Amino acid sequence: MAGETTTPAHTVRSYDQDLRRLRDMVARMGGLAERQVADATTALIRRDTELAAEVVRRDAELDRLEREIEAFCVRLLALRQPMAQDLRLIVGAMKIAHALERIGDYARNAAKRAIVLAEQPPIGSLNGFQRMARLVQENLKGAMDALVHDDATRADEVWASDQSVDEIYNGIFRELLTHMMEDPRNITAATHLLFIAKNLERIGDHATNIAETVHYAVRGDTLPEERPKADSSASAVVRPPGD
Amino acid sequence: MNEAAAALRTPPPVVAADAAAEAEPRARRAKLRCRDFHFYYGDFHALKGINLSFEEGAVTALIGPSGCGKSTLLRSFNRMHDLYPGTRYEGEVVMEPYGVNIVDRRVDAMAVRMRVGMVFQKPNPFPKSIYENVAYGLRLRGERRRAVLDEKVEAALRGAALWDEVKDRLREPGTALSGGQQQRLCIARAMATDPEVILFDEPTSALDPVATAKIEDLVQQLAGRVTVVIVTHNMQQAARVSQYTAFMYLGEVVEFGETGQIFTAPRVQRTQDYITGRFG
Repeated sequence: MAGETTTPAHTVRSYDQDLRRLRDMVARMGGLAERQVADATTALIRRDTELAAEVVRRDAELDRLEREIEAFCVRLLALRQPMAQDLRLIVGAMKIAHALERIGDYARNAAKRAIVLAEQPPIGSLNGFQRMARLVQENLKGAMDALVHDDATRADEVWASDQSVDEIYNGIFRELLTHMMEDPRNITAATHLLFIAKNLERIGDHATNIAETVHYAVRGDTLPEERPKADSSASAVVRPPGD
Repeated sequence: MNEAAAALRTPPPVVAADAAAEAEPRARRAKLRCRDFHFYYGDFHALKGINLSFEEGAVTALIGPSGCGKSTLLRSFNRMHDLYPGTRYEGEVVMEPYGVNIVDRRVDAMAVRMRVGMVFQKPNPFPKSIYENVAYGLRLRGERRRAVLDEKVEAALRGAALWDEVKDRLREPGTALSGGQQQRLCIARAMATDPEVILFDEPTSALDPVATAKIEDLVQQLAGRVTVVIVTHNMQQAARVSQYTAFMYLGEVVEFGETGQIFTAPRVQRTQDYITGRFG
């Protein structure tokens, strides 16, 4: 149906300009959120406290963009009385801006922890973090591309691919618990790392939420409630050595 | 719903309540059903095979660009086209109860109009008093008892949310009222004879927003008691007042559905283009 076929222009041309502007704003915010996630991860891996501080500072820009998008959407709802695909796009833009703002908060929190971690002795390898961050960024980028191109198929792919993020998260969770059991001096670093992993996992969830919203905006129907999930850390138990 | 409005209520329909309908509260009973319905103005084929059901007690909106046939369809439902030569109905518009094909020329048009009232774009009160405007249809039906007329006129005016504004000036000409009041007077006139269906042909296009809101409120009050079909160019109005919406184009129904669905997620591209303002 609509969206993936060529959509004719609005008779009122300024309406098209408004909607284009809205898409641009959300795309810009998406780009900034992607960069925050990437930089927070790089700061963690390279123990780069300056970059981490930069991520923390830049978060204010995401908050500003969210407010701007929200205000613009409310204005469009009031002035244009949008219907059908336009209505779905505008409501979707508000939801996506909110999700991106949350993603920004998680990235900022990860960057703050990266600053603390840079002072701590390194534990284990951060390969899992790198892989997880890459997957999450791919999903986020995929979801934003789907929005820009009205591509519901792309959105559906993102929606279904969060499973591997969950699997890596489970692996990291187990690994960090092991480090903590081996040597209590690892607990500070391991706990911060655990929160960072959780942050990345939450960012992944928000990326899939964005994908769901894009699917609705483009197709007008909703994806099933249950999506493939593999996060089993909620029921994980470890026994300390000698128990 | 106030008391007077309740007094306006049509006697319960004589439809045999079959067991299935009782068991399933959302079961929809069609009041009007178009089956392969065609209409011609001379050689011009204005309606091309309409298949559409209008749920009893619901408000159904007909939308579409000028010339799409929505008003032509609406006017067929009370045989307005009979007044012009060279027009022709084909197929069926079946009205329940009794399953009468109301576009069959052998069916008396006056009998159809008794069951199907109509309100037009421009308020058109008769050049008579407010009272006589409303009593007109009742008198036409042979009602002469003063007490009955008084009671029904009051009930109809209350039902049209006009009573409080006109109760002290019932003898004044209907044309002395404001546009919005005149339109409500026309609704009272249409309701006085207890019709089963009321047709609205762009009832608010000549009214200001306040008068429009009053009419829209009234349309919603009527729902449940009568079956309402409304033609409107104002999409927001269709969205506000109706439960079902049919989008028509070039004499055909392009899409019919629950109003919420039509305005949030239409299934047909042409519907979407029209309601989002991308049409030609």
